[in-house]
Amino acid sequence: MYNFTFHRPTTVRQAAGLLARNPEAKLLAGGHSLIPVMKQRLAQPSALIDLSLVEGLTGVEQKGRSIVIGAMTRHADAAISPVLQQALPGLAAVPAAVGDPQVRNRGTIGGSVANNDPNADYPAAVLGLGATIITNKRRIAADDFFTGMFSTALEDGEIIVKISFPIAKKAAYEKFKHPASGFALVGVFVSKRGADIRVAVTGAGSNGVFRVKSFEEALKKRFAAKSLEGMTIPATGMNSDIHASAEYRAHLVGVLARRALAKATA
Amino acid sequence: MSATGIGAAVRRKEDFRFVTGSGQYTDDVVRPGETRAVFVRSPHAHAKIKSIDVGAARKMPGVVDVLTGAQLATDKIGNLICGWMIHSKDGSPMKMAPHPALAAAKVNCVGDAVAVVIAETYEQGRDAAEKVKVDYDVLTAVVDPAKAQAPGAPQIHADIANNTIYQWHLGDAKATAAAFAAAAHVTKLDIVNNRLVPNAMEPRAALAEYDVGTDNLTLWNTSQNPHVARLVIAAFVGMAPEHKLRVIAPDVGGGFGSKIFIYPEEVVCLWAARKVRRPVKWTCDRSEAFLTDCHGRDHVTHAELALDAQGKILALRAKTIANLGAYMSTFSSSVPTYLYATLLSGQYDIPSIYCEVDAVYTNTAPVDAYRGAGRPEATFVVERLVEVAARQMKIEPADLRKRNFIKTFPHQTPVIMAYDAGDYHASLKKALEIADVKGFAKRKRDAVRHGKLRGLGFSTYIEACGIAPSQAVGSLGAGVGLWESAEVRVNPTGSVEVLTGCHAHGQGHETTFAQLVSERLGIPFENISIVHGDTDKVQFGMGTYGSRSAAVGMSAIVKALDKVEAKAKKVAAHLLEAAEGDIEFKDGKFTVAGTDKQAAWGDVALNAYIAHKFTGQELEPGLKETSFYDPTNFTFPAGCHICEVEVDIDTGKTDIVNWTAVDDFGTIINPMIVEGQVHGGIAQGIGQALLEGAVYDKSGQLVTGSMMDYTMPRAHDLPSFHVGMTETKSPSNPLGVKGCGEAGAIAAPAAVINAITDAIGTEDLAMPATANAVWSALKRATPRQAA
Repeated sequence: MYNFTFHRPTTVRQAAGLLARNPEAKLLAGGHSLIPVMKQRLAQPSALIDLSLVEGLTGVEQKGRSIVIGAMTRHADAAISPVLQQALPGLAAVPAAVGDPQVRNRGTIGGSVANNDPNADYPAAVLGLGATIITNKRRIAADDFFTGMFSTALEDGEIIVKISFPIAKKAAYEKFKHPASGFALVGVFVSKRGADIRVAVTGAGSNGVFRVKSFEEALKKRFAAKSLEGMTIPATGMNSDIHASAEYRAHLVGVLARRALAKATA
Repeated sequence: MSATGIGAAVRRKEDFRFVTGSGQYTDDVVRPGETRAVFVRSPHAHAKIKSIDVGAARKMPGVVDVLTGAQLATDKIGNLICGWMIHSKDGSPMKMAPHPALAAAKVNCVGDAVAVVIAETYEQGRDAAEKVKVDYDVLTAVVDPAKAQAPGAPQIHADIANNTIYQWHLGDAKATAAAFAAAAHVTKLDIVNNRLVPNAMEPRAALAEYDVGTDNLTLWNTSQNPHVARLVIAAFVGMAPEHKLRVIAPDVGGGFGSKIFIYPEEVVCLWAARKVRRPVKWTCDRSEAFLTDCHGRDHVTHAELALDAQGKILALRAKTIANLGAYMSTFSSSVPTYLYATLLSGQYDIPSIYCEVDAVYTNTAPVDAYRGAGRPEATFVVERLVEVAARQMKIEPADLRKRNFIKTFPHQTPVIMAYDAGDYHASLKKALEIADVKGFAKRKRDAVRHGKLRGLGFSTYIEACGIAPSQAVGSLGAGVGLWESAEVRVNPTGSVEVLTGCHAHGQGHETTFAQLVSERLGIPFENISIVHGDTDKVQFGMGTYGSRSAAVGMSAIVKALDKVEAKAKKVAAHLLEAAEGDIEFKDGKFTVAGTDKQAAWGDVALNAYIAHKFTGQELEPGLKETSFYDPTNFTFPAGCHICEVEVDIDTGKTDIVNWTAVDDFGTIINPMIVEGQVHGGIAQGIGQALLEGAVYDKSGQLVTGSMMDYTMPRAHDLPSFHVGMTETKSPSNPLGVKGCGEAGAIAAPAAVINAITDAIGTEDLAMPATANAVWSALKRATPRQAA
């Protein structure tokens, strides 16, 4: 690890100020993606701005017809939140499925969404529920937020404060774990909120999380696994590596979508 | 059986310090003025070194020195060696390429060390290492053993044509060919035994210290055999005379074979410590471990089994290409030869066997012994052939095995080994009962209703442990003897220290060896200490690997205890004023036959040292005896493992739903420890079958270079194991023990793959059988006809 300066602001405004003054700085949330690459000397931030002491960034609340999760809420806390389990259990299953206990006890929703790892779990839920990402500057719709692998609509100096998820009547996440890393080899989030039907896929696409429009169309007739019987997506654009071929990943998208639907409609 | 004697499930003495973090591993040892070594490693798999510029690195803060391979050569530090000579079919000796501890002219795998920075701190060393400028002329690499011998393949070492180290064979080619010509049925399989990365929990480490006043060198390192390390570093590398070099292997956190070998880093630390006149420490990080620890397995094999119409095996033949990587590691040559082909008879009476093995260099990490070493590869070949032959001939796999089991002992196989004892029917029968094989058909039908395919796979394995009779291995090319030593020191107060040439790195010797002494001397378990791992304390010993510590190491202790008892009886005779022949020793008491006279163990021990009851002419004072025990044969642990799987038809994911292991390890010293060894071995075997596989890309980069891509087995990947035992005592050692450390890793891969292929109805499946691989195999398959 290279040397860096370490800052611990207590307000979002302070954090934003530090970010503005240190162009080579990185925000530190859970650190489970950033610290390993720093230890391998693959990242060399001049400063780390630790968000763990910033007030008001943690917690799960219900606000009207939405669930709002603070950016620094750890996966382990979100997974057992009674509010979330009551109002949107399909979303509670997402942090519960992340990595391993160590990752779940450190990793945060804001860090995961801002990093937009193409195999991360939360992006599927954010896109699959049509959530809104609330930053220190603006509100960004999920459909506009994820712009490609490790790439988001966040601008320089922008910090995610919280994420607001509309409460869908039916929602579920189905994940096929990468056997080594615990990330999603493929993960599919499905939801139905009135006429808004979403099928979002993580892990599979070479450009990060994406929606499967053909599945969503088919589900408009009936939101059930049966509606996707025999349906597949093309292997083009899927990731391919030693763990799974593009063809296999495309196949899993269909299998997991049907399983998620079975769960959501059970 | 006493509460702490042989056969008791005594809790492990050593675990208190391990689980409370008070163990002392090499990295925990801190010497005054210690510096840190950081290696500059090749990013290329195959390249000429045009130049190395260490100027900028030398100017970095905290740098003590920067050393290169050129200086190593100037200082006449010798190459690392492979200590087992194998001769090719044509009689020519194996072709061992030079292996300098720092490459000077050419690198042959990613991670090959080309320079070392000695710095005040680790971080300063890392910073400086980045400033070492190495100019490479990159060459084409070859990583696939099946392609290494092809015309036009890149030649890795000068004067070694076709990258071929040896072309060895064993068995009778003519008789085998004749048996195949007359066979009613021939089963053929192409097998890849996947390359594995050992991944011991504690990474390798070395700390070297030079004492200017005495000219002595001390090396603390993660070794399974510190005396052998000292011998090689003294006699072959030429670092220092043997008596001026002390090697200490303190607590070692797992080895699985990977810490048997002598590695470049410990040689460099010793050399550098003497050059900079300060202690030099190197602790491997996990990324370095993936690249530089010796890997395991990596065979490509075509195997065939010939049977008559009744399913009697007539002959077996195999042609294997073994990948030994960029350099020949310490015992690499023996693994795909005498530890492999000699086990190809399995538990079966096979009249003819012929095996050919080509060992090749590739631009990958060196490959050497890894838990099982050759025997998992042999078992996989035999047990896959037998299972597939049974399916093809529509004979129940258990029945085909029964028809061919060896039934009388001793049994001479056509491939050197003489099995001394066993009862293969007994372990199969017990395993069939525990696994409820009778109920399998119903479970299979039920599973289909849930979208799952059930399969059952057997592995009736055998291994050769307790390595090994020195004369026998010497005749096969071993550069060392494989006996073991022990010294039993009785203190004046009656407590006992046992100095063993074995080394414990997880096996629990401090407990099991003490159980033996407690049983024999009738003294409390806590009054016994086991000392190992320091060449200044312990007499020469051969170390721990190959499940040898019970069969060979404990036998040496038995022999030393025999001598202690004989001497103690002489002391007791003087103390009790009786004839030596009338002294009896039992339960820690010396008695005089036919009288009520007795002396406690402690009285006799004290009298041995105070020497008030006998003169120096009658008896030497003291009570301390040594033994060097050379075994008369290998031991042959064997058993039956049955794996039951469910395969998810939609995803190809395999779940192991039931595992039965019935093993015959001979006499059991501590059933709890044995069970733990069986569990760990099975976990590693399942890891190989389902999850693990080291993958290099065509350019020689290790794709599976971290835990994010290399899948180690986790608890959730494994079922609860049903473990049972049968027992036939080994007649080849005084305790009747056989060894249990590797059995699980040897038995498991074939059981898993036999189960999955049974479930999915195709034999076309390679390890690791990942979900993707099984799903693809299912897609390719034309379903086997239901029986």
